[in-house]
Amino acid sequence: MEEVIAIAIGVLAASGVWLILRPRTFQVVMGLCLLSYGVNLFIFSMGSLFIGKEPIIKDGIPQDLLNYTDPLPQALVLTAIVISFAMTALFLVVLLASRGLTGTDHVDGREPSE
Amino acid sequence: MSAMNQLIVAPILLPLITAALMLLLGEKRRPLKARINLVSSLLGLGISVVLLLWVHTQGQAGSIGVYLPGNWPAPFGIVLVVDRLAAMMLVLTGIIGVSALLFAMARWDSAGASFHALFQIQLMGLYGAFLTADLFNLFVFFEVLLAASYGLILHGSGRARVKAGLHYIAINLVASSLFLIGAAMLYGVTGTLNMADLAIKIPLVPEADRGLLHAGAAILAIAFLAKAGIWPLNFWLVPAYSAASAPVAALFAIMTKVGIYTVLRLWTLLFSGQAGASSFFGGEWLVYGGLATLGCAALSILAAQRLERMASLSILVSAGTLLAAIGFGQPALTAAALFYLVSSTLALCALFLLAELIERSRSVNEIPLDDDSDTLPPALELSQPPKGINLDDEQKAVVGQVIPWAMAFLGLSFIACALLVIGMPPLSGFIGKLNLISALLNPQGLGLATEQPLPATGWALLALLVLSGLASLIALARVGITRFWTPQERPSPVLRRLECLPIVALLSLCVLLSIQAEPLLRYTQDTASGLQDPQQYLSAVFATRPTPGPLAQAKPAEVQP
Repeated sequence: MEEVIAIAIGVLAASGVWLILRPRTFQVVMGLCLLSYGVNLFIFSMGSLFIGKEPIIKDGIPQDLLNYTDPLPQALVLTAIVISFAMTALFLVVLLASRGLTGTDHVDGREPSE
Repeated sequence: MSAMNQLIVAPILLPLITAALMLLLGEKRRPLKARINLVSSLLGLGISVVLLLWVHTQGQAGSIGVYLPGNWPAPFGIVLVVDRLAAMMLVLTGIIGVSALLFAMARWDSAGASFHALFQIQLMGLYGAFLTADLFNLFVFFEVLLAASYGLILHGSGRARVKAGLHYIAINLVASSLFLIGAAMLYGVTGTLNMADLAIKIPLVPEADRGLLHAGAAILAIAFLAKAGIWPLNFWLVPAYSAASAPVAALFAIMTKVGIYTVLRLWTLLFSGQAGASSFFGGEWLVYGGLATLGCAALSILAAQRLERMASLSILVSAGTLLAAIGFGQPALTAAALFYLVSSTLALCALFLLAELIERSRSVNEIPLDDDSDTLPPALELSQPPKGINLDDEQKAVVGQVIPWAMAFLGLSFIACALLVIGMPPLSGFIGKLNLISALLNPQGLGLATEQPLPATGWALLALLVLSGLASLIALARVGITRFWTPQERPSPVLRRLECLPIVALLSLCVLLSIQAEPLLRYTQDTASGLQDPQQYLSAVFATRPTPGPLAQAKPAEVQP
């Protein structure tokens, strides 16, 4: 399972970085989205990956990390998802404002002179 | 917990409540909102000053205030900590905030609907970032202050602002991703996010995991350094700051200092002398990065033409100086750097406000906002006196016969700002730079011999400090000549009293710092020695117990699971 998660994070981050370096604003937004997905998975995997462990405390099971999943990365991921989602929405607004003011979707606000 | 401990959370709650109130008031009642904003900002400044006095007057042992917002003990719950460094930054934020707000109240706050709410949220993020002692909480406050800054940088709109804002947001979103990766890696290795707990766990990290720990810390540092404006991660800063409206740019004068503060705080805590194999990890990179920043900013300030651009580049000069000085890890040098930080932040805030007033009379077509970076400034002697101007007996132009008070005020303030930024006597900029050089040459204190000679990087910093001062001198003198002495058909700008007040206040503070430098110097020395020995910080954080609730008092014999 580690391999699958690692490859998924790697592919997401690589595509994200490639898109961020593209000259069109929409590609940059997509890149930031993919990068934040990769980062969120990364935070999640930092709590160590397990199958079949209890997420919520149950009676009769000793309360330690041997028997439960680590709840902290889940809380962190939740916060990170909300924040990155909000920031992406805000970036979209700025993207539209830039498109309206400059008439182009190039990140520098003008087409490169050929 | 005493009443003073409760006050620690007030700088965060006060702007939050004020911002919520602003949103409830709707878009119309701007004068009322401005007044509420001013009262709240002044109150925040007052609270910061009280915290500073409290932290400073207490004895060495208890000079750190701790607040547990969730009433959980230290490694489990979020902790807010105010020590000397945090208190100093809080007061600085308060002063900058009130000054920027006063300036904005004259004119700028009418340029957008939500200025006052965003302003308060920005203050909340800044106060929170300085107070928190938890890595993930720090991320949240960073996002709060960044979210507000995205709105503020677009305040007033326009092509240049949206273009620079787009780059600013993109860079900061990437930096936030790096922050998360770094924080997650530190959590993965040490199993904690509390800064004090991290400081305890890091010496115990097994050798096999140390590479991972260092990689995580380095990625985290990249996120902070991008915000602090280290070269080569600072190309976003100059366009963004010089395009922002004046009060916003003045408020942003403290934003790079947040990055520097976090680097200083985390580096001295996590990689202190007691961190075993990780002691002073990455210090030399801070020095190299700082030197590169300083050198590049000093070079580009020579080519800048607009005063806003020069002010932004001066921010980079000060960031480079601070990073390089901190990277040496010597208490005397850190103390000098902190004094320089206070002085340069106040001066740069004043310079941003002043720049707008000076450039106000400039016709818009003279230097377009966008195209500044591509050309070198023209030589001054090429500008001939225009036709029809009064000439004296030697056929020279007669200028400056009657100085309107507005121009006199602007000119004098400009000279004061320039002296502060360059670091020339008699103002506090000089004292800051002198202290840096003195601490560099005498790390043990004046008159005490040192065992090892000054390393090459130390000489490089010394040379760059002097040379960057020279570069600023040339650039600012040139802009001063073109704006104040060159005869031009230029109407005297209309100044409002509210716009002059913050500049006068900031510059008077700098004059006060020049006359009464000693108290602040002693304070920064205490701060630096406190940072040198994180044991005090750790014991203060872990000694704080949660306040027992009414249920716990009723059933004291609760069995722990």
